[in-house]
Amino acid sequence: MSSTTAETSAPVSEQRSKTPRARRRGENSLAGSLASHGILIVASVIALFPIGWLVYLSLGPDTDDYLHPGGIWDKMTFDNYTFVLQHTQFFDWLKSSLIVTLGTTAIGVLIAATTGYAVSRMRFPGYKKFMWVLLVTQMFPVAVLMVPMYQILSDLQLIDNYFGLILVYCTTVIPYSAWLLKGYFDTIPFEIDEAGRVDGLTPFGTFFRLILPLAKPGLAVAAFYNFLTAFSEVAFASTFMLSDDKYTLAVGLQSFVSEHDAQRNLMAATAVLIAIPAAVFFYLVQKNLVTGLTAGGTKG
Amino acid sequence: MTVAIDRATGKRRGDREPKPGPAGRLRRGYQKHWYAYVMIAPVAVVLGVLVLYPLVYGLYLTLTDANSLNTARTIGVNHIDATYKFIGLDNYADILWGPTAYDRFWSHFIWTIVWTAACVALHYGIGLGLALLLNQKLRGRTLYRLILVLPWAVPTFVTVFGWRFMLADGGIINSALDALHLPSPLWLEDTFWQRFAAIMVNTWCGVPFMMISLLGGLQAIDASLYEAAEMDGASAWQRFRYVTLPGLRSVSSTVVLLGIIWTFNQFAVIFLLFGNTAPDAQILVTWAYYLGFGQQPRDFAQSAAYGILLLAILIVFTSFYRRWLNRNEQQLAI
Repeated sequence: MSSTTAETSAPVSEQRSKTPRARRRGENSLAGSLASHGILIVASVIALFPIGWLVYLSLGPDTDDYLHPGGIWDKMTFDNYTFVLQHTQFFDWLKSSLIVTLGTTAIGVLIAATTGYAVSRMRFPGYKKFMWVLLVTQMFPVAVLMVPMYQILSDLQLIDNYFGLILVYCTTVIPYSAWLLKGYFDTIPFEIDEAGRVDGLTPFGTFFRLILPLAKPGLAVAAFYNFLTAFSEVAFASTFMLSDDKYTLAVGLQSFVSEHDAQRNLMAATAVLIAIPAAVFFYLVQKNLVTGLTAGGTKG
Repeated sequence: MTVAIDRATGKRRGDREPKPGPAGRLRRGYQKHWYAYVMIAPVAVVLGVLVLYPLVYGLYLTLTDANSLNTARTIGVNHIDATYKFIGLDNYADILWGPTAYDRFWSHFIWTIVWTAACVALHYGIGLGLALLLNQKLRGRTLYRLILVLPWAVPTFVTVFGWRFMLADGGIINSALDALHLPSPLWLEDTFWQRFAAIMVNTWCGVPFMMISLLGGLQAIDASLYEAAEMDGASAWQRFRYVTLPGLRSVSSTVVLLGIIWTFNQFAVIFLLFGNTAPDAQILVTWAYYLGFGQQPRDFAQSAAYGILLLAILIVFTSFYRRWLNRNEQQLAI
């Protein structure tokens, strides 16, 4: 295994050469690495299976195929997909979802960025309280804001309106983005700000010219987080969007169940159609997401 | 890396130092504060308008008997004015110790606590285990990581539908259990198994976040610490206990807190798994939603009161959690 080759090529200290089975840190014995692989393979199967299963079921033409999946092999077809794309409001829902999520993403990141920077770099009076407020807004259960929001939005005639939904999402998305970005700005060396200051930039100048370009991965993470939150939100969307051509995908999929309760095959196909672009998008940004989250979101 | 240094002042944040004295403040200058306030203004305004105002309004609603029959509404061209009235703290009293308070509030409360504790423990335990495995030198670990992140990549509402297919009576899980001659529970109908299924699905959804965060934390631990520990003859368990766990502290305390908050308020999984069909498997959040939007007439006042109670529980919990962290010389990464 790799452990043996790595061992011989590694600089072997005097002490180490005496012990017969010295391994470098992080390298496993054969049994250990077999066990690791075993566990990881099982975990991977568990992670993949529900999605894979959904894809498989979506290929079965009949509603009850999910009950006897063995039969699907012989009659696999893409009919469900063509039906969903041609005869349902899938594209309306997609449009609504895109409007709402992109709107939320843009507004959320734009507004949160300066705040993230301010709380990362400046210790102003009220700083702690402000951070506390950001954390507390994370805790708002749907029910706290939903009822009053519903009342307020209906007063403003913003029920069943994209902009109303974007506003609602901003309440959850902005505090977390600010927090996430703060973490990311923390990882950018403070010296850069000082250099900017020395060269005569104002704090705004430093932020826009020096820090913002460096913070692109962090911004990507925040944007992505906002996108995902808005994209998969169900409670507000299903309550505030009333006309079925304004449903987001999450709500549309739900309405599909109740209206065509028997047509589970179509539902599966719709779910796959929604999941695939989202997952692809996720993988495109996932490297940034991981570095951004781990470098930013969780480190002090 | 566990020691959080305040970059601006160079002080350890955990220390209860007095605020920077007049000299320190002068050094940084008042100008900066001015800039800071301008920079946080957008968020402060948004939070004020979109969060604080609705919150105050919601608080007021909890003191009334508002429901969908007596609030202002427009039917066609007729506008009907609100007729609900102020009833003080009756809603809270009714929820907490009114008749059938146990069935309506406390049973859901207990289940919510169990749900949160079980889910976060599983998220953290499994996430940490997988992160440790992925942090070793191992062939294909990038591939494993990509696969294991998948549950996070797919929107919750899609995965929950997938799970419903699998959990349905006659679905793949029960077929498999049948084939193994094991009992096949009614996952979506029987209360115990509903709860079991909800925890299972939520665990599946939540592990990747923990795993990735903890993996980041693991990678940030200085390798020389392990070398030193090994030199001193520490066993694998001792290295884990005395190097890994302390090294993960600040990441752990943050992700566990976030996990608790998110799980406590986890709406999508239970709502999508059962809809309104499983009164006993509803956690407080979904129950509050049901009161306010899932029944007729909609009981806005009670729903909002549940919301306020939930928020209060979380705030109290977080305050204690923070104090506990401070006493242990730890700090949240915020």
